[in-house]
Amino acid sequence: MSSQVMDAVRREIAQGPEPAESPKKTKKLSIICFSGDFDKAVAAFTLASGAAAVNYEVSMFFTFWGLNLVKNRKGRRFTGKGPAARLFNWLQGGPANLPLSRLNFGGFSPWLMTRLMRKRNVATLNELVEAAKALGVGFYACEMSMNILGITAGDFVDEVRGVIGVPTFLELSRDGETLFI
Amino acid sequence: MTRKIDVTRDHCPMTFVKTKLELEKLAPGDELEVLLSQGEPLENVPRSATEAGYDVLEIAPVSGSTHRVRIARP
Repeated sequence: MSSQVMDAVRREIAQGPEPAESPKKTKKLSIICFSGDFDKAVAAFTLASGAAAVNYEVSMFFTFWGLNLVKNRKGRRFTGKGPAARLFNWLQGGPANLPLSRLNFGGFSPWLMTRLMRKRNVATLNELVEAAKALGVGFYACEMSMNILGITAGDFVDEVRGVIGVPTFLELSRDGETLFI
Repeated sequence: MTRKIDVTRDHCPMTFVKTKLELEKLAPGDELEVLLSQGEPLENVPRSATEAGYDVLEIAPVSGSTHRVRIARP
């Protein structure tokens, strides 16, 4: 071995191993929006927009009653495949018909709560949804629930990036935090 | 160019949302002056801005619990 090579080896031993480059960890939050309740939707979109604002990569997976949050028609509509699905979708309504999980009083409470939110300068559900869209939160719809309810991707707002199943959601949420609301 | 935003009357998460959306409008070299309240906004707005690659130039009390944070896009 030449003396130059030996010198290089000695230098390397003296310096120790190269410091491993610290991987830049992406902060990630995934929210499974199962509930179609008004208050739970406020919680979900507060977390989503707040996390996106502080640099998290956020995905929202809408399933079962949660699909009502991203329907493009805000009110009640007979939509879906078959009479049972059409009736069911009409009964559920859209984002304008979300009930409060407690003390709904026939739909009066969500209206009252929205008024209070405005009065107290707290973001309303609509404002939170718009904030989530503006910050690039990823919206995804559950393929299986859509099949049950007989609805298609055309029934959702344009921001819904895709119709996905469990494997894709797990891939999206991997190495991050996941919440079920 | 310096943009200004006042989020002293806003609450979580809109303090962060409004600041983030304003930061995204900055061109390289531009500044954003944020008026915010102490507590959660003061603790987290400068931190998240730094984390996103912006430079926090100044954090200064203005009056009462209001603070001014100057943030620049490098």
